[in-house]
Amino acid sequence: MKFFIVLCTFTYSSISIAQNCTYTLTGYVIDLHDQETLTDAILSIEELGNTIKTNAKGKYTFDDLCNGATYTIRVSHPLCNTQTINVTINGDTERTINMEHHLEELGEISITGEAQKNGGKTAIESQVSNEAIQANSAGSLGDALNQLSGVSSLNTGNTVVKPVIQGLHSSRVILITEGTRLQDQEWGVEHAPNVDLNNAGSISVIKGAAGLQYGGDAVGGTIIVNPRRIPISDSLYGETLLTGVSNGRGGSVTTTLTKSYNSGWYGSIQGTIKRFGDFEAPDYILSNTGAFERNAAIRFGVNKYSYGVEASYSIYNNRLGILRSSHVGSAADLANAINSDRPLFIEDFTYDINPPRQEVKHQVARLNAYKSFDNIGKFSFQYDYQQNNRLEFDIRRDSEDVRPAIDLELSTHSATLDFDYTADNTIDAKIGLLARLQTNFPDPATGIRRLIPDYDRFDFGVYALASKTLEALTIEGGLRYDYNFIDAQKFYRTSFWEARGYDELFPELVVEDLGTQLLTNPEFTFHNISATAGVGYDFNDTYNITANYALSSRAPNPSELFSDGLHQSAARIELGDIRFDQETSNKISIALSRKSTQWSFTVAPFANYISDFILIEPTGSQQSLRGNFQVWEYRQTDARLLGVDIDNEFRVSEHISINNQLSVVKGQDTTLDLPLINIPPVNTTNRVTYTNKKWHNLKITAESYYAFRQNEFPDNNFEIFIVETDSNVLVDVSTPPEAYHLINLRGQLDFEVSNTSTLQVALAVTNLFDTSYRNYLNRQRFFADDLGRNVSLQLKINY
Amino acid sequence: MKTIKSMKTFMIALAAGIIAISCSSDDDNTPPEVINEEEVITTLRVQLTNTAGNVTLQSVDSDGEDGPNPPVITIVGDIMANTTYNGTVAFLNETESPAEDITEEVEEEDDEHQVFYTPAAGLNITTEYGNFDGDGNPLGTVFTLTTGDASDGNFTVTLRHEPTKPNTGLADAGGETDIEVTFAVTVQ
Repeated sequence: MKFFIVLCTFTYSSISIAQNCTYTLTGYVIDLHDQETLTDAILSIEELGNTIKTNAKGKYTFDDLCNGATYTIRVSHPLCNTQTINVTINGDTERTINMEHHLEELGEISITGEAQKNGGKTAIESQVSNEAIQANSAGSLGDALNQLSGVSSLNTGNTVVKPVIQGLHSSRVILITEGTRLQDQEWGVEHAPNVDLNNAGSISVIKGAAGLQYGGDAVGGTIIVNPRRIPISDSLYGETLLTGVSNGRGGSVTTTLTKSYNSGWYGSIQGTIKRFGDFEAPDYILSNTGAFERNAAIRFGVNKYSYGVEASYSIYNNRLGILRSSHVGSAADLANAINSDRPLFIEDFTYDINPPRQEVKHQVARLNAYKSFDNIGKFSFQYDYQQNNRLEFDIRRDSEDVRPAIDLELSTHSATLDFDYTADNTIDAKIGLLARLQTNFPDPATGIRRLIPDYDRFDFGVYALASKTLEALTIEGGLRYDYNFIDAQKFYRTSFWEARGYDELFPELVVEDLGTQLLTNPEFTFHNISATAGVGYDFNDTYNITANYALSSRAPNPSELFSDGLHQSAARIELGDIRFDQETSNKISIALSRKSTQWSFTVAPFANYISDFILIEPTGSQQSLRGNFQVWEYRQTDARLLGVDIDNEFRVSEHISINNQLSVVKGQDTTLDLPLINIPPVNTTNRVTYTNKKWHNLKITAESYYAFRQNEFPDNNFEIFIVETDSNVLVDVSTPPEAYHLINLRGQLDFEVSNTSTLQVALAVTNLFDTSYRNYLNRQRFFADDLGRNVSLQLKINY
Repeated sequence: MKTIKSMKTFMIALAAGIIAISCSSDDDNTPPEVINEEEVITTLRVQLTNTAGNVTLQSVDSDGEDGPNPPVITIVGDIMANTTYNGTVAFLNETESPAEDITEEVEEEDDEHQVFYTPAAGLNITTEYGNFDGDGNPLGTVFTLTTGDASDGNFTVTLRHEPTKPNTGLADAGGETDIEVTFAVTVQ
């Protein structure tokens, strides 16, 4: 590139021999790490002795410069290392200056939690601050995300918390952690994300598929867990959080220790231990709901102006109990459980975690490197290996048999290469490639037929994104192509294979006939196109509007393709279909926002039209030795989700602010004209916060959460024969629970222990009035009430 | 010039890395091991014996609890009125050869199991437990069945795992249902 500049300069200077000093040098000053522009950066030309500042948009302009002359420009910014660059003027010259952050970043930016934008400029994105992450330290990722408008959770008890974004979850939500897509059997509604919340610096949620660089199948949305940033400076610092909770009689400890050097080298270790016994509803103990989680992470690397390398490893280990009463043997048991007000198993409090329980281990090893080229951009490369081991222990008839009922090992290699174009600050452009290789191994030692089969999967993706800012207007667009190939080896029951008609449709898939079972080799190839387009417009400094369209397509997941048996916890038979095609979503999101110190709001309506939407619904019943089971089959249909998320913040005075959130989603199967199941009810959160920086940074928050009753639901009730009465009864698995209202309080104080260390003490109460309630999106609502009052005490020490 | 060169080197190194990863697929296509369900109960067999003639009530679900084929129910012999039968129940896994007798396992873990016999109202049958667990609570793999006058109706056999013991019947037994078979019987 320098070659071109020299060449051009030569050409120019040969034309204009006389020196002409009427030219300008303009450009932007940009933070190298997140590509944000820097306001109030100070620039001075040493030869001329003049000094200017960048404006609110990070732009600078020097006038009256001489053509062909080379100037030395010194650039400084309070948050950055000062640097000096040489610029040769040829005509009106543009030059973008990249700056590197130094120490203040840790204290000021990272802790206050203003995370960078991860999606495009017009994507609807919400962020969980570091403060909110820490407040939920003893909880899970889903708990921390729950407080965002438009994000709710599908729970199994209170320890399995799956994020739901604008009504969609599981395979429709992508989770990006440490720059890679988490591969942790996320298709399962009872599988919580295998991520240690405490290892996150901040979390972003892109509502919809606008984050094309992460994947094209985020029909629901993308969750990005950003690591903590590490400053370039000589320092050693740490943070320890201790949380004790009354409900569950347990707590968590998490510690991070970081060492960094001026040379750019750094290293960081982090560890978390959480331990809880049985949790409690207001009126009884929720037997066998304890949890024991142990996580650790290490990362080290070097971060220079133009290049960097990082290696990291993390391990997540979780053992969690599933409510004993939720384990049923037959549909009649389910009917008994639903019709009983109290759970049928209530035992004394214990820390023991017995079957049914889950034990999950997730490990990620990662190598990441980047190199920046002036006036061109930044290349990043990442390779990572993830291994997920999932064990699910059921209650076996033989209690001596301690083998798990499900034993899955999922190994994934991923490699990504991205290029960020940074030469022109009005243009953001990014292109990238992805290659991923995955193997699923269900261990046959369980002695129970495999829930999902052995398979190898290969994914390849390529994308390009670009946005252009023209004064107040921003336009953007992106395109992505994904190729998925799945090579599975599955045993089918011969009776099932024939009942489905697969024997006539796919005789060529049968590899071996073992009498009652058939070994088959189904192979699937999917070509997925996804795209996004958006516009943003700043009316003035206060009001702004963005509109975004996203097209995404998602290949069916293993359970949608391969399910062919009893789902124990739901006491129903679930059947997948290998004939499924991918589902395609067209989503339009609009956000109107107002930003000012007194009053800020965002009103964000959306419409998501999904064709070939895969859902599961009851289709009949099947007789067995355990009685009658309801049969649920996956089916493809057309669906529509409409909704709006509203965030509102008033600053009443210097000390008091009021915050209000409202989320509404309506989901409809448009083919059958029926409501979709498990759509979050309308809910609203209102918060009053009092802060007083002068008095130990006091902060008190009172929060009211109100969930309306979901009035739109499909009727999936069925009748079951009850032996005792020799008659059929209706099993109501459809009617949502009543509306409920919870009050939560939290207060915190900071104390300076020494010059370099502070102690924060926080006391919080959730469900203050010990209200008994059931949550429509909790799969255990049939069996027991949700959690009662919980008092927690948290100590945070920074050193 | 130097920038372009170093960029090239970088790109080549990256491309090489990606290719290396893409090709590292281990192409072992050894077929997975077949699993013959171990915990499945395919057969429930109730034997009623009396000098007046024996009766066998049987339900066989050869493709297991979640296979699409319904169980096949057969009743061999007539249940006579005003008669007392000695009864036994057997649970078998006939996917294995020879068939696995799960009754033994149930009897070994007698405190964790109980068999319930439920005649519908109007069916003149009563049952009495014939065997008990270590705590003296009923187990029910052995029982006696006494008939009254001629009648017909449903007769259900239920095996519960981890019921609350003692209990007053199915309604407050809890636990999980391992077996629940309803026979339409006639007392002649």
